[in-house]
Amino acid sequence: MITLNINGQNHDLDVEPEMPLLWVLRDRLNMTGTKFGCGVAQCGACTVHVDGESRRSCSTMVGDVVGSEITTIEGLDGKVAKAVQTAWQKLDVVQCGYCQSGQIMSAIALLSVNEAPTDADIDAGMEGNICRCGTYQRIRAAIHEAAKSLA
Amino acid sequence: MLKMQADTTTSRRAFLKGAAVTSATFVLGAFVPFGRFALAEGEAAAAPKPAIDPNFFLRIDSDDTVTVLLKHLEMGQGVSTGLPTLVAEELDADWSKVRFDHGPNNPKVFNNLFFGSYIGTGGSTSMANSWTQMRQVGAAARAMFVSAAAKQWNVPAAEITVENSVLKHPSGKSARFGELVEAAMKEPVPEEIKLKEPKDWKYIGQKLPRLDTPGKTTGKAIFALDYRRPNMLVAMVARPPRFGGTVGKVDDAAARKIAGVVDVVQIPSGVAVLAKDTWAAMRGREVLKIDWQLDKSESRSSDDMLAEYRELAVTPGLKADRRGDAAAALGSGGDVHEAEFVFPFLAHAPMEPMNCVIELTKDGAEIWGGSQFQSIDDYAVSQVLGTTPDKIKIHTLLSGGSFGRRANAFADWAVEAAHIAKAIGGKAPVQLVWTREDDIKGGLYRPMVLHKLKAGLKDGRITGWQHAIVAKSILVGTPFEGMMVKDGVDATTVEGVAETPYQIENFAVDVHNAKTEVPVLWWRSVGHSHTAHVMETTMDELAHKAGQDPLAFRLSYLKDGSREAGVLRLVAEKAEWGKKMPAGSAQGIAMHHSFGSYVGMVAEVTTSESGFKVNRIVAAVDVGVAVNPDVVSAQVEGAIGFAMSAILRNRITLKDGQVEQSNFDDYEPTRMKEMPVVEVHLVKSGEAPSGIGEPGLPPLAPAIGNAIFAATGKRHRSLPFQGPISA
Repeated sequence: MITLNINGQNHDLDVEPEMPLLWVLRDRLNMTGTKFGCGVAQCGACTVHVDGESRRSCSTMVGDVVGSEITTIEGLDGKVAKAVQTAWQKLDVVQCGYCQSGQIMSAIALLSVNEAPTDADIDAGMEGNICRCGTYQRIRAAIHEAAKSLA
Repeated sequence: MLKMQADTTTSRRAFLKGAAVTSATFVLGAFVPFGRFALAEGEAAAAPKPAIDPNFFLRIDSDDTVTVLLKHLEMGQGVSTGLPTLVAEELDADWSKVRFDHGPNNPKVFNNLFFGSYIGTGGSTSMANSWTQMRQVGAAARAMFVSAAAKQWNVPAAEITVENSVLKHPSGKSARFGELVEAAMKEPVPEEIKLKEPKDWKYIGQKLPRLDTPGKTTGKAIFALDYRRPNMLVAMVARPPRFGGTVGKVDDAAARKIAGVVDVVQIPSGVAVLAKDTWAAMRGREVLKIDWQLDKSESRSSDDMLAEYRELAVTPGLKADRRGDAAAALGSGGDVHEAEFVFPFLAHAPMEPMNCVIELTKDGAEIWGGSQFQSIDDYAVSQVLGTTPDKIKIHTLLSGGSFGRRANAFADWAVEAAHIAKAIGGKAPVQLVWTREDDIKGGLYRPMVLHKLKAGLKDGRITGWQHAIVAKSILVGTPFEGMMVKDGVDATTVEGVAETPYQIENFAVDVHNAKTEVPVLWWRSVGHSHTAHVMETTMDELAHKAGQDPLAFRLSYLKDGSREAGVLRLVAEKAEWGKKMPAGSAQGIAMHHSFGSYVGMVAEVTTSESGFKVNRIVAAVDVGVAVNPDVVSAQVEGAIGFAMSAILRNRITLKDGQVEQSNFDDYEPTRMKEMPVVEVHLVKSGEAPSGIGEPGLPPLAPAIGNAIFAATGKRHRSLPFQGPISA
């Protein structure tokens, strides 16, 4: 039995410690906001926060995050998260939207440590998140917009 | 492509053997907005109030919620905002109360009017084919509300106004849609429908917020892969390592020992492992031992195929276009410019890999998936299950991109799921899941294409143009063959070269249909994904050889006042074409017409010894009426982001028949730092809307390549642009 703290709640799970966090979230807890894109930590669609930092859940074994605070898109809270989601909505960033949970999680992690990111900071902070629809221009603008609203 | 209006009935009959053939024409009387057909007599009293039946385009609830049922798949292109905009405009609905849902696979109601009696999304046709129809839906419903109110209030209908879902009469009477919906349902559908004048539009032409944004920014949106059924099993399929291979001997003992694995079954496309969750299915598949039968499979490398394409290109091919006498013109003196362009196989790689959920029913099945060609998917699944398409119920769900992948004549994902469900006797609902590796290695690629051409230039003018294209046809051998292949010429191979808008007197295009087991498919912008690069690079090369400005040179071959010339002029103005650029930097221009729309682009690049950086793209776009200009701009931005990956590095290659790439590490899409600044300018137009999902892609590569040439004197002909640049 493994106990995971997800979005502030403890979940007791009968899973092997090697099972990727992504599949525990999606298949055991039916928290499907976190997406499967590549399975090898290349695309960032599965990004969650582990103790406040971005983590690719497809390549994170649940045994390694016991005792950590895990946050998914469903559990977002706080002013940075609110600012990011509001900016995403204001600028209509999304197209297919499949990568956007991960993009939003990475953007929140970036803005949480850097309240006024430059374009270069955004390039670096968002490097691990692929958007096949090519919404990068609006993601960049939305991060600047969120930063402005938080200032 | 996909101009399927003509000659569809015969093909449809041949394809949907025995299935009902319905008229391709929209008949007003056949449409009923409030689900009236769903309520057989006697059932009406028992039905929920107001009638909520998803068989028609519009549901209105007593709380005023207006739900527009989509006949097209939302896969990112914004159709879930665009179609409701058309309805809401004519209905005079309050936009904040408008929602969307995907319609069912009933071809009598939800067919694409350009595809005959098929339901399908593709060819950038969604807004174009719905433009009149969806406004009529809104206008008819509005008239029914007005008529109902007139009766209740005992006033002339002409005195009633409607605004933001509220009906009003000067006497002070008023009612919300929700209050009148039951009475409105009983009104006859008006025989004549008058649509608003453009000057009265309130929503069309405005930036309305996308209806799918809230769900997609909170994790609440349900994509096909997120759908769950009770007791559902997850299936993964081991497929042959080479295209055309089949399953031989299978040893599944190790797979069956993995905790969570429930069953292993053989299906035509491979061996399926069924498990209680995705992780167990993945691990079970990893330990399958399969002897593949590869005798009839594709064993060539893509380089071998290309060598064969080059031999084919210099032989006489199928005639795709003929004007004047190109051969004679080329022999009449002057310079002859010769060029070769090579385009690799490309995977679509939508962010959401192929998947669906299937559950067998008494006489058919229910499917939940990102279905893009419902009328093909239901037919193909019905064939597997030995039933008819009407027994296959498709629940279309949001799709995480497609770029053409989900719209295929084989319905590969749905058919595979159906075989698995059948093999286990329908004992549980099955979710088929493809991994990214399955997606990259799984075929249905944009074809590898070779172009070879000769163009004569004398006294600064083009004398003649001879052009050969070699590629595997996308459509030969598919149900679309009858519609879009003529005398062996596949329209999707030659579109963008054949019938070029450039007024060249002597012009000849030949095509060769190459043979390979590698399955091919349309990829965002289809033939234009390669033909635009060939045409616009060559026009640029000829302009430079003629010592003329590339913009002026193009304009001299276009009709004055044409929409092609219009976007070229607008983009040149907005990008300040010809302005002085810093050393190592330059502009490049290109223009292409596809899917009824016109796009001009100016690229600004900076070059260095290590390569090039695309800084800015200015685009001028003519789509007729831009129903939602912000969505139009977003589609152009997105097409640029998507196309960049094919310009920078993407290619699918085969070595001894095996695909060499496998995931986003060796087939890496564009990333944030590579995205140029994009500026989109729309041509003001009163023409009916045309496509925008695809037209933003074709001019990008040549605009960038032409800018690199202007900066360095070196030409990029083949894609991707990596590797040495030819002088």
